[in-house]
Amino acid sequence: MSDDEPLLRVEDLRLHYRTERGIVRAVDGVSFEIRRNEALVLLGESGCGKSSLTKALLRMLPRNVAEYSGRVWLDGTDVMALDEEEFRRRVRWVRVSMVMQTAMNALNPVVRVGEQVAEPLRVHRGWSQERALARAAEVFRMVGLPGDFLQRYPFELSGGMRQRAVLAMALVTEPALVILDEPTSALDVLTQANIMNVLKRIKRDTGTSFLLITHDVGTSSEIADRVALMYAGEIVELATAWQFFHDPAHPYAKLLMASVPRLREVREPAHIPGQPPSLLDPPAGCRFADRCPWRFERCSAHPELLPLPGARRSRCWLHAEDVRSAQA
Amino acid sequence: MNRGRTLYTSLKRYPSAMAGIAIIGFLLGLSLYTLVAIPYGDAIARWRGGEHWQQYPVNARPAWVNWFRANDLPATIRVESAAAPVEEEAFTGARRLRIPLEFEYTYGEFPSEMNLFVRAQYAELEPFVRLTWHTPDGRQIPMGGRRVSHEERVSISQDWNLERRLGRLPHVGLLARPGDAEPEVLPGTYRLVIDAILFEPEAKLEATFVSYGRVHGLAGTDHQRRDLMVALLWGTPVALAFGLIAAIGTTLTTLLIAAAGVWFGGWVDAAIQRVTEVSMILPLLPILVMIGTLYSTSIWIMLGVVVAFGIFSAGIKMYRSMLLPIREAPYIEAARAYGAGSGRIITRYMIPRILPVLIPGFVTLIPSYVFLEASLAVLGLGDPVLPTWGKVLYDAQAQGALFYGYYYWVLEPAGLLMLTGLAFAMLGFALDRIFNPRLRMI
Repeated sequence: MSDDEPLLRVEDLRLHYRTERGIVRAVDGVSFEIRRNEALVLLGESGCGKSSLTKALLRMLPRNVAEYSGRVWLDGTDVMALDEEEFRRRVRWVRVSMVMQTAMNALNPVVRVGEQVAEPLRVHRGWSQERALARAAEVFRMVGLPGDFLQRYPFELSGGMRQRAVLAMALVTEPALVILDEPTSALDVLTQANIMNVLKRIKRDTGTSFLLITHDVGTSSEIADRVALMYAGEIVELATAWQFFHDPAHPYAKLLMASVPRLREVREPAHIPGQPPSLLDPPAGCRFADRCPWRFERCSAHPELLPLPGARRSRCWLHAEDVRSAQA
Repeated sequence: MNRGRTLYTSLKRYPSAMAGIAIIGFLLGLSLYTLVAIPYGDAIARWRGGEHWQQYPVNARPAWVNWFRANDLPATIRVESAAAPVEEEAFTGARRLRIPLEFEYTYGEFPSEMNLFVRAQYAELEPFVRLTWHTPDGRQIPMGGRRVSHEERVSISQDWNLERRLGRLPHVGLLARPGDAEPEVLPGTYRLVIDAILFEPEAKLEATFVSYGRVHGLAGTDHQRRDLMVALLWGTPVALAFGLIAAIGTTLTTLLIAAAGVWFGGWVDAAIQRVTEVSMILPLLPILVMIGTLYSTSIWIMLGVVVAFGIFSAGIKMYRSMLLPIREAPYIEAARAYGAGSGRIITRYMIPRILPVLIPGFVTLIPSYVFLEASLAVLGLGDPVLPTWGKVLYDAQAQGALFYGYYYWVLEPAGLLMLTGLAFAMLGFALDRIFNPRLRMI
C-alpha cells in the first residue's frame, strides 16, 4: 500500500431501489476517491441520491434493493468482495464510521449517552464497560463535551450536544474515514459553526478523512478540500474546493454557486428554474439538460465524467475535448 | 438499585399498588412458610389421605364459623387413656384395667361422630374390653364387650345394636337428654369407662376416645377428613410458581420470537406469523383436556403445554406491531452501522425499548395462568398428587359441597384465587399508569 494510494476509491457504484412505480436509480454509476486526511464534500440537493450513496458505501441496504454494484476499495482492499460478516467486522466503525443524517435521533432514548458512545468499542474490540467508558470520556473531550455528560440520557442534552455525542460515537474507534450525512442540517448557524470547527480540529489533530454530505454550500466551504457535486444520482463535477467555489465548471455548479448569497457582493441570488428529473425514469441524455441554459443538440446523448485541466472532471458536453478546442 | 427505588417511589403514590404488593408479599411469605413447614413429600403423603386423618372429622366447617352462630358447633374432643386415672387389679391368670375416659361436653350441638381407638400390646391372647357410658345424670349405658387386636377402631357411631337400643344415632343418643322427642344435648361431664381384661403379664392397653366435632381448624376438612389447610397452603406456591413460570416463559419467548421476526423480516417473519395464526385458532382447553385424559395430568406437563401454546399467541402480533416502528428508528440503524450484530440489536436495543410497556401486562398475565391451572383442576385435570386450590374446588364440586351447604369448601380456594388475581391486577394497573403516562390522571 503506497502513500499515493487513496484511502477510498469508488468506481461505478450503483444502488437502485425497487418500488411500486418502478426502479429508482438513486445512485447511478458514481466514481470518486478520498485521500488520506482529506475532506471531500459531496454536495447536492435533496433527493439527488446523497444519502443512498452513504448507504451503499456502508452497505446499509434497505430491503427493496434492485441493483447494488460497483467496486469500492478501502486501503486497497476490495470491500465489495467481503461477505456480510467480514464487512461488519472489518469495515463498519473499524475503518469507516458514520454520523447519521438523523443524528438528533440516532441515540437510543433509554440508554445513557456514555454507554452508547462506548458501544462500538464493546462490539468491535470486546472491551469492558469501564475501559470503553474511559475511552468515550476521552472522545467526549475531543468533541468538546464535559466528561460527566457520559452519565446523561439523550433527552438531557441540547441538539448541538447530541450532535457532538453522535460525532464522538463515530470517532471512538479511531476510524480512517468518517462519513457525515447532513451533520448540521437540524442545527442553528452558531451550533453549525461550532460543529464545523470541531471537525476541522479533529481533522488536523487525528488525520482522519471526512466525507461530508450536505446540501449547504456555505457549510461545505468551511472544511472542504475537494468537492463532488451530485445531480440526479450522478456526480456531475469533481474539483478542488478552491476551483469549485471560485470557478465552477459544470453548468449546474455555475448556477448553484450563483444562487448562493455572498457577503461582499451586491447581487440578487439567482435560482435554477425547473425541477430535477425523476430518478424513476431519468432522461436518456444529460440529466441537467432540461434546466440548462447552455443546452445544445449534443445534450440528448448521455455525457461521461470528462477530464478538465487541473485534475478536475465535469459531466458536460461543453467540456468535451472537441467542443473545447472548437471554442478555443 | 436506583431505578428500582424510583419505581418504588412512583408506586407508593398508588395505594392500590401498595395493597397489591402487600398481598403478593403475604402470598410469597405463605409459600415460603409452607415449603418449610410442610415439606413436599409430607404434603403429598398427607393429601393421599388415610390413617393420618382418622382422628379428624368429616366435612367439618372452619372453626371461625362459630363467630357467626348463636350456639357454637362442637370442636373435636379427644381423650387419651394416658392422661386418665387407670385402676389396675390383678387376679390369677389375668389383670383387670379400669380406664375412665372423662370429658366435659358443653356444646349445644351434637358431634358428628364418635370413635374409640384401642391399641393393645400382647403376644398371643387378645385382651377383652367392656365399654360403659356414664352420663352426667348418673345413667349407665352398657356398650358391649369385645376382643381387641393390636389396632382396633371401635366405631361407636356405627354400632347398630346401640343405635337400636337408644332409638337414635349413637353419638346423638349418648349425649341427649333422656326422653326428649327432639334430641337436646345434656351438658355435663361424661365418662366412657373401659374395663379391660389382659391375659398376659406383659400386655398393655391404651385407648383414645374421639368425639368428632363439626368445626376444625382455620380451614375445615373435606370428605376424606383431610385438613383443607394443607391444600390451601400448598396451593399457594404451586399457583404462584405455575403463574410465574407460565407468564415468564410465554412473555419472554414470545417477545424474543416477535423481535427476531421483525428484525430478520422476510420468510422468517412470514413463517412466525403463519405459525401464530394457526396456533391462535387451536383451542387450548380441549387440547389440554386430551393430553390430561390420554397422557398425563402432571402439573409440569400441563405447564409445558400451556407455555408452548402461549408462545405463538396473539402476543406475537402485538409485540410485532410495537417493534416494527422501532426497527426503523435511527438509533437502530446507527447500531447496525457501527456493526452491532443481529443478536445484540434484538436483545439490547429492540426488546429493552418495549419492555417497560410490557411489564404491566406481564404482571396481570400471572393470575390468568393461575386461573387456568385452577380451571384445569376443576375439569378433573389437576395434578394427580399435588394438593392445589383447583383440586379442592374439584373435590367440593364432586361432593356436592354447595348442595350440602359446605360453602367454606368452595369459598376458601375461590377466595385465595380471587385474592391472587386482585393483588396482581392492582399492581399491574398501577404499573400500567406509571409506564404508560397517557393513562396517568392529571
